[in-house]
Amino acid sequence: MNGSTDERAGRLRPPKILHWALLVLPLLFLVLFYFYPLAKIVTLSFLPDGSWQPDQLRRIFHSPVFGRIIWFTTWQATLSTLLTLAVALPGAYVFARFTFPGKNLLQALTTVPFVLPTVVTAAAFRALLGNNGLVNSWLMTILDLTTPPIKLDQTVSFFLLAHVFYNYALVLRIVGGYWAGLDRSLSAAARMLGASPWQTFQRITFPLLLPAIGSAALLVFIFCFTSFGVVLILGGPSYATIEVEIYRQAVQLFNLPMAAVLSLIQIGINFLLMYFYARLDRKTKSGFYSDTAMGEAIQPGTGSQKLLVGSNVAFMLLLMVIPLLALVIRSFVGEDGLTLAFYNALFTSQAKSVFFVEPISAVKNSVGFGLAAMVLAVILGLLAATFIASGDSRQRSLWDALIMLPLATSAVTLGFGYIITLNRPPLNLRDSLALVPIAHALVAFPFVIRCILPSIRQIPHTLREAASLLGASPLVVWRKIDLPLITRAILVGAVFAFSISMGEFGASAFVTRPHTPTMPVAIFRFLGQPGEMNYGQAMAMSTILMLVTCSGFWLLGRLDSYRKGALH
Amino acid sequence: MKKRVKHILAGFCSVAAMMMATSGWAGSTLTVMTHDSFNVSKEVIALFEKENQVEVRFLKSGDAGAALVQAILSKNNPLADVFYGVDNTFYSRAIEGGIFQAYDSPMLAHIPANLRLDAENRLLPVDYGDVCLNYDKAWFQEKGIAPPTDLADLAKPEYAGLTVVQNPATSSPGLAFLLATIGRFGEDGYLDFWKKLRANNVLVTAGWEDAYFGHFTAASKGDRPIVVSYASSPPAAVFYSEKPLTEAPTGAVVTDGNAFRQIEFVGILEGTKELELAKKFVDFMLGKDLQEDIPLQMFVFPANDQAKLPEVFMKYATVADKPVTVDPAAIEEKRNVWIEAWTDTVLR
Repeated sequence: MNGSTDERAGRLRPPKILHWALLVLPLLFLVLFYFYPLAKIVTLSFLPDGSWQPDQLRRIFHSPVFGRIIWFTTWQATLSTLLTLAVALPGAYVFARFTFPGKNLLQALTTVPFVLPTVVTAAAFRALLGNNGLVNSWLMTILDLTTPPIKLDQTVSFFLLAHVFYNYALVLRIVGGYWAGLDRSLSAAARMLGASPWQTFQRITFPLLLPAIGSAALLVFIFCFTSFGVVLILGGPSYATIEVEIYRQAVQLFNLPMAAVLSLIQIGINFLLMYFYARLDRKTKSGFYSDTAMGEAIQPGTGSQKLLVGSNVAFMLLLMVIPLLALVIRSFVGEDGLTLAFYNALFTSQAKSVFFVEPISAVKNSVGFGLAAMVLAVILGLLAATFIASGDSRQRSLWDALIMLPLATSAVTLGFGYIITLNRPPLNLRDSLALVPIAHALVAFPFVIRCILPSIRQIPHTLREAASLLGASPLVVWRKIDLPLITRAILVGAVFAFSISMGEFGASAFVTRPHTPTMPVAIFRFLGQPGEMNYGQAMAMSTILMLVTCSGFWLLGRLDSYRKGALH
Repeated sequence: MKKRVKHILAGFCSVAAMMMATSGWAGSTLTVMTHDSFNVSKEVIALFEKENQVEVRFLKSGDAGAALVQAILSKNNPLADVFYGVDNTFYSRAIEGGIFQAYDSPMLAHIPANLRLDAENRLLPVDYGDVCLNYDKAWFQEKGIAPPTDLADLAKPEYAGLTVVQNPATSSPGLAFLLATIGRFGEDGYLDFWKKLRANNVLVTAGWEDAYFGHFTAASKGDRPIVVSYASSPPAAVFYSEKPLTEAPTGAVVTDGNAFRQIEFVGILEGTKELELAKKFVDFMLGKDLQEDIPLQMFVFPANDQAKLPEVFMKYATVADKPVTVDPAAIEEKRNVWIEAWTDTVLR
């Protein structure tokens, strides 16, 4: 799209003031729950008594350790992102183009890892690939070995594998959803003109997909960059990301200035990345749009199609479903084989403790927070995405990057920031439950933006102009044109917003709160004390967490298919 | 559409308001800030609530370190009236933070002098636990190797690759165990011990959960028969066993000079508006009802020497006669140096 059309579109589109109005709510939210707490904790760290104390910071420039940590963080995030893209893009293609039995369920299952606490994921992988895991014992018996052949624990490979496990669904759903909505007549034309399938992909499909791939890759990168539990637990103590070091400095060593500097470095690196990405993203926006109904997914027909679908499904089963299954099985197996003891205990015993809750209330709490965070994130994300997509100025790239910042910010730092800021009426929220979904939404709403933006940008201005010329108000244009075309993207964003909350991501882990046991909180409570029953109940609660999440996503998937069905 | 958005927002706000409202109570409220591992029986807290016509509200604020940092940060406008869960490894940080006010509880008469670190009684001992080695009895029996009886054993060749410990930089028992080695081998000797341990293939994990449930052979399918845990872990293993047990599956090494005693304290926060209630609550925490509830809720020992231990503790728990002691002021002063030196020796 060249400059002149943009200008023309600009004149026809509603006045500027309306666009800035879109930003009011997201901006207010960010200022209150992000910039203000962050600024205050950073200032307090640097000027504890109103004076600048640089002594505690000197080390950062003298110790080689911090340089190494920053390098390691960047390196592992890059590698994790590339690996995830490499294995998930073929999967995205399969999901975009083909139907097969159980597709909906498989899609829901791939998103489940997102909500699992790291300790539980570690247990799942160890049950399979650990020194005494299934695969090793099996290999040792078959090959008659005395030591386990696979040594995964506390290696780089282990947490890279876990990063792929956690982020696979991100690429699958963001790229897959976008891919399914691409106009297929272009690639069909290319094929007719004699292009090979590879040429078609390279020249037509891939460039069209770039915005979605970029969105997904950016999210995966930031997630891995700020990785905390995965690196800490699976990688072992020899590896530390910036986020891990911030926690160490702030909590264990009480060196707040150092923690603040590291937080700023983490934010700075990600801000630059997001800014350049936003600039690039604006340039790659494509105006291709299909005015026919979105392409139907087909059943795999030819042998090679069947092979493609089969191998990808097999990979997903291997990577996602089997480790999850290992957990489920563990929750049903006791000393003497199959048992329901852990589930029975979950529902009956321990009722003595003040902090005991019925599993059903834990489910209710989790789902309640999840829905609240989701609604908040979707509203804010939709407003912000519409704002970012609707301008032409470079400023919008800046806004784009700014709005994404919460995702790249240390949870400890922000959590501590809440303590010292939201402490007076009317915003006396620091120990209230409302802060939990707010903290979740803060991480979730940049996610929603990244899911929606590629789709909004794909809508050509000509459509909106036509509608405006025919007398439709901006609101009607948005409702009749934009909304139907981005519903799928909103759904994907909602799914992730919900999962982020169910998995208790971000600052909520460091927010002080009255006792409201969500499912992850309950899992941690069981894992805090020795004993077979505690471990078993943790696995049983994890199974329930997976079940609830999976059925939620499956329902959303059904809703999506129903909506599509209604469209045709 | 805007209207709909407004409705949704209004709905959200009212849900949030409702959630906040439900935590209210008609009478007065006493807020107790604590770490995530705190636990107490419903009926015990109900005793206090009934007697004083008050609702006790617990604020869980992360691990012990994170909770204390939050209490210090909110010093000028405290989140709570009482704080429970400072241990002796964070003791000096808490005292220097100036967040606690002195209270000479009458219940202190029943607390042994060796647990009372603060002469001014700003922090009052509630419970203690000995951090020490735990081993898998069955594993050692099966292999025909004698289980360890001393920290120094871990460096012997027959114990190569058997031990899992926690990183003192990220774990509270991990730090306690590092302090045990410092107390045992001295500031000049502990790094030599850790060097030998590293050569003997010690495994380091980030936290207790991962060490115990992820690697210990006696819990789930681990590969290490020796783990750093508490002297009260064996009774917990019995109490939470799937099948009734007559013997603890694990043993604890509490021989002289091989365990570090972690003491947990409670204190009244400066700036509380419920001083009288807070005092009563501290008395209650040190009193018999709550003290006798502690073992089975938190699997540590009550500080009050009049509190009766439950049967499973009498049978299976051991207490270190001569635990290692390290001066809390030295811990606060040198924690960073010790952890840094440990990290260089064991991990880098």
